[in-house]
Amino acid sequence: MERTGKKKRKTFTRRDFLKSLGGGAVGIGVASKVLGRESILPQAGPGDPEIFSRKKISLTVNGKSLSLEVDADETLLQVLRDKLQLTGTKRTCNRGECGGCTVLLNGTPVYSCHMLALQADGGEILSVEGLAKGDKLHTVQQAFIDKDAYQCGFCTPGFIMASVALLNKTKTPSPEDIRAALAGNLCRCGNYQKIYEAVSSASETMRRA
Amino acid sequence: MKNRNPIDSSSLEYIELAKIQGTQTKPEKPAAPAEGFKYIGKATPRVDGKKIVTGAARYTHDLSFEGMLYGKVLRSPHACADVVSIDLGPALNYPGVKAAIKLKEGRVKWAGEQVAAVAAVDEQTAEEALKLIKVEYKVLPHVVSVDKAMAQGAPQVQDTGNVQELNKSNRGDVEKGFKEADLVFEQTYVTNWEVHQTAETHSSIAKWDGENLTVWDSTQAVMGVRDGLARALNMPASRVKVIKTYMGGGFGSKLGTQDFTVAAARLALETGRPVKIVLTRRENSYCVGYRPSSRITIKGGVKKDGTLTALSMKNYNSGGTGRGDGCAEPVVDVYKCPNVKVEEYSVFVNTCASRPTRAPGHVQGTFALEGFLEELAAKLNMDPLELRMKNYSIKNVGDTGIPYSTKGLERCYKQGAEKIGWALRNKKPGGGAGKIKRGIGMASQIWWGSGVPGTLADLKIYRDGSVDVECGTQDIGCGTRTHIALVAADTLTLEPKDITVKIGNSDYPWAPNSGGSQTTPSVAPAVRDAAIKAVEYLKQMASKKLNAPPAEIVLENRRFVVKSDPAKGLDFNEVVKDLRRPAVFHGERSSFPATFAFNSFGAHFAEVEVDTETGKIKVKKVVAAHDIGRVINRLTAESQVIGAITQGLSAALFEEKIMDHETGSMVNPNFHDYKVATSMDIPEMVPVFVDVIDDRLNNLGAKGLGEPPRIPASAAIANAVFNAIGVHPREIPMTPAKVLQALKRKEAKS
Repeated sequence: MERTGKKKRKTFTRRDFLKSLGGGAVGIGVASKVLGRESILPQAGPGDPEIFSRKKISLTVNGKSLSLEVDADETLLQVLRDKLQLTGTKRTCNRGECGGCTVLLNGTPVYSCHMLALQADGGEILSVEGLAKGDKLHTVQQAFIDKDAYQCGFCTPGFIMASVALLNKTKTPSPEDIRAALAGNLCRCGNYQKIYEAVSSASETMRRA
Repeated sequence: MKNRNPIDSSSLEYIELAKIQGTQTKPEKPAAPAEGFKYIGKATPRVDGKKIVTGAARYTHDLSFEGMLYGKVLRSPHACADVVSIDLGPALNYPGVKAAIKLKEGRVKWAGEQVAAVAAVDEQTAEEALKLIKVEYKVLPHVVSVDKAMAQGAPQVQDTGNVQELNKSNRGDVEKGFKEADLVFEQTYVTNWEVHQTAETHSSIAKWDGENLTVWDSTQAVMGVRDGLARALNMPASRVKVIKTYMGGGFGSKLGTQDFTVAAARLALETGRPVKIVLTRRENSYCVGYRPSSRITIKGGVKKDGTLTALSMKNYNSGGTGRGDGCAEPVVDVYKCPNVKVEEYSVFVNTCASRPTRAPGHVQGTFALEGFLEELAAKLNMDPLELRMKNYSIKNVGDTGIPYSTKGLERCYKQGAEKIGWALRNKKPGGGAGKIKRGIGMASQIWWGSGVPGTLADLKIYRDGSVDVECGTQDIGCGTRTHIALVAADTLTLEPKDITVKIGNSDYPWAPNSGGSQTTPSVAPAVRDAAIKAVEYLKQMASKKLNAPPAEIVLENRRFVVKSDPAKGLDFNEVVKDLRRPAVFHGERSSFPATFAFNSFGAHFAEVEVDTETGKIKVKKVVAAHDIGRVINRLTAESQVIGAITQGLSAALFEEKIMDHETGSMVNPNFHDYKVATSMDIPEMVPVFVDVIDDRLNNLGAKGLGEPPRIPASAAIANAVFNAIGVHPREIPMTPAKVLQALKRKEAKS
């Protein structure tokens, strides 16, 4: 699930990222083991592996520890948006192709539409709602405002999370680093150039701080 | 950079032009004083930026209501079929399903057309229920290929024949013009189906309260959807309210009343509960329109010196089951030419109807016209920019109509050429050495975007000094909230944060839909008008308190002062606290004189590298110079231009809705297979605004910017490819395969 910091290659593209996800194999593999909802699935017999349709998991979301029951086929995105009302994380393609649903799982950017909630069990999630400290915006958020690094704003939370992950790891990113780190996020309004400017300016601000 | 400038600004054309322009640009009477703005024309971050970056901005996708149900639409799998019967029974019996309705009788004409819909307690249940609806179809032959639809014996898509006349016009005598020409040249240019693919998929929530309907819609047109819903549901418009909060992109695909929104309203009525329908990415790819294709043949006659004597254009466009776009406007209007003939036809095929797509018709027409001119310049052995200057017009309809009120295109040419390094292009297309060929090309643009007279805005001043503006417009991502705040604040000498902006509600004062680049030039002048009226009224109040005639009072920096005695003054708040009640000032965008033409202009200059072994194009730099009158906010204006270049690049290199002829369905309905530009594809982009203020146009001299930078973007890139490899691809998207085909064409010729 790593998107950045590959040492062998300078750039890591969106296509590479999709490949690293295994084109959905991760989701399908897990789903077939734990199966889906009770109403449409066969009951487990003696000797069958443990079959369950709901499971209690624990997550730390934006610093808050939570314990909640999730369906076996429920994505992390569904849990965030529908159960926790954290609607800043967007459902844009719902198949791991655009990065609109990017959140950080233990510091690493992941497509939350493409990950089962079960896979995040025990993990620490940071979504766009958890970035600001009270009224004080994260440097990346402020830079997006200052540079007008958005238009409709729908992809913005995903871009911000991917940018934060990059700057957490790479203090002085080159333009190529920024492009590569954001290659898994689509901005249909096409404001990439302003987004680079924002990330680059945020990295300067963070270095000075 | 100076020595790179190929245009000698002392050249005859420029002097002549400057003379004419000098007299042209003078306003008949000066508009309201526009100088001394603190915010207008500067770069100001959006007033709602914090909401966007914290995830607090709520889009239609993000809204939910107590007891809300989720709707899903069953769509036809067949591109053409008669619906024999629909059995909703099994779906209605499925646990969790609250309603199911039929949406189609008779013939479905495209794969994806609505057939039925359900409302259930959650999305998954609704999806499961769709599978239980039994539809019997009588499958009929279909056609999704434009070529095949034009052939004899093709399945008939509509009640008429598949090829229908769309637009015909004629001025002068093209045959005479061709006879006068030293060179006559004809060529065909093709654009394919480009899907909007908005980030937020189309979505609506319908909620009834007795006889009143409220709809939250991801729309570019709260007023239009209000009226559309009232018509569709046969109810009074006064009982329908449409709200748009935040919206994740429209680009023209969210201008109309969506068919599924009507279904949501019907399901909500039947269940007595709010119903939300959110389209999937897949549905968004093939059910909500696209830019119609075009196949434009241009024949042009030209003198040796580059003077155009005649242009004729024939276009076969396809908007699927819809009529598609007329694409002739750039050919008819932008260059001086006495003889022009246009014939345009729509070709019906079995796909969903096309929808307006950022600069409908102009993108396709410009791709053809500007490609043609680039090739013509090469045939004449002439600088392509000189060819355009040679045919520069100062009146509309190819210099045969009324004068443009202002036209800053020559400034765009000059500044754009300077910034791209025009002199460094290949003097002969394809002249460079090596396998990686470099090239520079350009294209011009014309658009309307003057705004809509009659647009209303109410500015309300409260007794505590707070101010709000109500306007039934919508911010579709351009920064309209901020533009309104800037104009109100600058006029009242307040700060943008002091203005509460209330938009996106059909109950507010009327404003047009947000399409056609008309939002800012409609709304900003209406707000300015309301604010000017407020200032006049408050000056009267201040004059009484200050014992000075109103004409003596000026408003400066939040303070009403007596001109002759600036020590005497009252703070804004001290004056407004004497209001008996909150005071509302009605603003209206005025009309403009019919004796002038009002258009926006621009020119893009692109630099590319083409790998002649792989056919891969890398766009290196784009300079986009635009005349949009007064820029309201330089920061959001730059974003518009940068975004439009990106979309133009994306369409030029990647985007195409691909149909499967056997099944009649789209084969790439997702972001993996429908390629759009990513951060890896983006060149250096340089937005330039030439700042020609048009005081006749409105009280701010502002034109719209949504469409203009999208228009020449693909064409300039294609022309740069021509300059690089010496053969024009003549079709977008310019995939590597098409570039290699073009190179083969060149080999065959030589």
